[in-house]
Amino acid sequence: MENAIEVEGLIKTFGSTRALDGLDLAVAKGEVHGFLGPNGSGKTTTIRILLGLLRADAGKARLLGGDPWNDAVALHRRLAYVPGDVTLWPNLSGGEVIDLLGRLRGGLDPKRRKELLERFDLDPRKKGRAYSKGNKQKVGLIAALASDVELLLLDEPTSGLDPLMEEVFRQVIAEETREGRRTVLLSSHILSEVEALCDRVSIIRLGRNVETGTLAELRHLTRTSISAELATPPNGLANLPGVHDLQVDDHRVKLQVDTAELDSVLRQLSALGVRSLVSQPPTLEELFLRHYETETASR
Amino acid sequence: MNAFTGTGGLVRLILRRDRVLMPIWILVIGLLPLSLTSGTAELYTTDEARQGYINSLGTSPLLTMFYGTNPTEPSLGALMFWRAATGVVIIALIGLLVVIRHTRVEEEAGRRELIGSTVVGRHANLAAALVAVSGAMLLTGVLVALGMMSQDTPADGAFAMGMAWAFAGILFAAVGAVVAQLSEGAGAARGIGIGILAVVWGMRAFADIDERVSWLSWVSPMGWIFQIKAYTANRWWIFALLVVLVAALAALAVSLSARRDLGAGLLPPSLGPAEAPASLRSPLALAWRLHRGTMIAWTVGLAVFGILIGAAAQVGAELVADNEQLRQIMERLGGVSAAGDIMLAGGFGLLAVAVAGYGISAALKMRTEEASLRSEPVLATAVSRLGWAASHVTFALLGPAVVMVAAGIGAGMMRGADTGNVGREIGRSVAGTLVQLPAIWVLVGLTVAAFGLLPRLSAAVGWVALSICLLLGQVGALLQLSQTVLDISPFTHIPRVPGGDVSATPLVILAGLAVVLIAVGFAGFRRRDIPVT
Repeated sequence: MENAIEVEGLIKTFGSTRALDGLDLAVAKGEVHGFLGPNGSGKTTTIRILLGLLRADAGKARLLGGDPWNDAVALHRRLAYVPGDVTLWPNLSGGEVIDLLGRLRGGLDPKRRKELLERFDLDPRKKGRAYSKGNKQKVGLIAALASDVELLLLDEPTSGLDPLMEEVFRQVIAEETREGRRTVLLSSHILSEVEALCDRVSIIRLGRNVETGTLAELRHLTRTSISAELATPPNGLANLPGVHDLQVDDHRVKLQVDTAELDSVLRQLSALGVRSLVSQPPTLEELFLRHYETETASR
Repeated sequence: MNAFTGTGGLVRLILRRDRVLMPIWILVIGLLPLSLTSGTAELYTTDEARQGYINSLGTSPLLTMFYGTNPTEPSLGALMFWRAATGVVIIALIGLLVVIRHTRVEEEAGRRELIGSTVVGRHANLAAALVAVSGAMLLTGVLVALGMMSQDTPADGAFAMGMAWAFAGILFAAVGAVVAQLSEGAGAARGIGIGILAVVWGMRAFADIDERVSWLSWVSPMGWIFQIKAYTANRWWIFALLVVLVAALAALAVSLSARRDLGAGLLPPSLGPAEAPASLRSPLALAWRLHRGTMIAWTVGLAVFGILIGAAAQVGAELVADNEQLRQIMERLGGVSAAGDIMLAGGFGLLAVAVAGYGISAALKMRTEEASLRSEPVLATAVSRLGWAASHVTFALLGPAVVMVAAGIGAGMMRGADTGNVGREIGRSVAGTLVQLPAIWVLVGLTVAAFGLLPRLSAAVGWVALSICLLLGQVGALLQLSQTVLDISPFTHIPRVPGGDVSATPLVILAGLAVVLIAVGFAGFRRRDIPVT
């Protein structure tokens, strides 16, 4: 499948800070791609390079088959962008901003605009300075979603939205991307959102891609936690590959196991005689915390 | 905890935030009279020389408008209190803007909320802004006084002058505290405050050029500052009036602030249209929306100013016509034909520097848009960088043109009412305002170039350049600076119109320079990262 976004070895430095340090990213056409990483890991910088606002120091970036820097205007007709912190002109009403941004992008569907205003429950007559954070975000979202574009670049688009609106956002994105009509790059910290919407995710840290894949694939890379009561006192477990955080209390045992090594550990346990067993698959939180924490540890 | 708890801490916050800006303006304003005085002292060494200087300038109603009525004695101090009166307006403007910067701007940005959630009283923020700015103003006043004393002027006069300057700043700091309570937007608060400054200044100016309404000078608080008459009358009791007025304004600000919610204004916010007008579909249309308010305000203001200049020109023409010596002096100062024309051309020259300030601020709108991240979603649509920048620059170039033409029409109408040929006078006056445009555009161009190449410094470059032009124009001749130095200011090269010889060469060169500067700015902007915050 052709890629909507293709980034290889992207490097961007601001003064003495290296924001991107050889970033790779590939987003296939028609997929919703989660873009995750701790604060300051380079997500916004990547999106700005894709928008042709920042110029990369080195590396390759292709967007919808074009060059983000040189073909910016032509490419921007085919995409919509929502920043994480939508700032509005204090004296323009929300409705005016939605229309303006839509028209500057090459037109927006009035029916769609009306429908989105209702679903997001936004009063378009208020002036920019009168909106709350969440409502400003809605203005940006409606302006982007009402445009007929191939690609949505969303940089933490739901920050400040209440759970109800968060749900509306998920529904709209799910409808939009059905049958692969649109490609979405979704930068987010909200894991349930990522889980509900994203086909694949990339996790970046310190300006590098540390993991890419479907959620199932990523889960596979993490640990399952097991607690069991055994017929005989456990031994030999500590030496098995992939076992971590082993705690033994008489016949009871608690451990973490790399999901890839699950099979061999279970064999060993059943050899010891299992009386009860609780196994928990890794939650998304654990998955991300593991990646995020490594960063703190490596500092 | 009372309503002023935490004021001390907030004062320190203000001083920390303004640690660069505040010392700069304190030093510049505080030392301005000193530099002016030392120059004047060398040129005019005797009372006779100074009296001659006063007579030569003081007969011009245009200059009376700016400096107030002539000093009653020709001592160096009295001359300087009179001659440096423009500084009073500048310091008042600073007081107004800095207080708004630390009150309404903070509130609009949502930072006040963060502060308000900590252990600070309801009025601490307002009080801190007033205390910090008033303190800085008093320091400025002391610098002014010390500077004047260093030039061997009497200590009492020097302190009366220093405190007059300080109180002009403190007074408008208090006005700023009041207007900051009125609207939700800092822009509107600034507009109202500057409007008040213009009205009280205009009342004083009017009182000083027309004796029949000289009482107006006592109605206007700006008149009080001038009436202190340092070095001659030294009216100390006026400071008691000023203290009462400042206290009343501060109390008013506090009571207004107590009556409203955080973030709200007293003037209710209005709802806008649910849909954009069909015309709002291009970066140019957006730029028009963002620039039009300021442009209309400047156009109205400068039309009124043009009328004032036209009126002053009429009075001046009558006076100068009778006095050959004066005529020669006025010719050196400005134009070379009829006295009324000299006044007009001189007046337009003064206006042009102010309008250049408007042009620079219009160009810097791009920087505001970029730094507030509002440019980002626009540039993420099918709008090219060049299209976006050119839209704003269009108004930075056209705005000053419209505003100058309005001033020309105003002056021409007044002048025509006297000479009996309105059509001709309007044409001549408008020509006089239009020839100033290339110089204004050079400063706009310089700001655009800085925006493209050194975005973080663009505001500093624009305003410093304007200050240099202002200083060279106002005191350059007085300090007998060499022509090479004077030539730095583009305004030096503008022919005097109406009445003077018009040579197209400097105008074409200046316009060309403006084009080159703007092109450099655009080239830089196309290549650089956005946003630079």
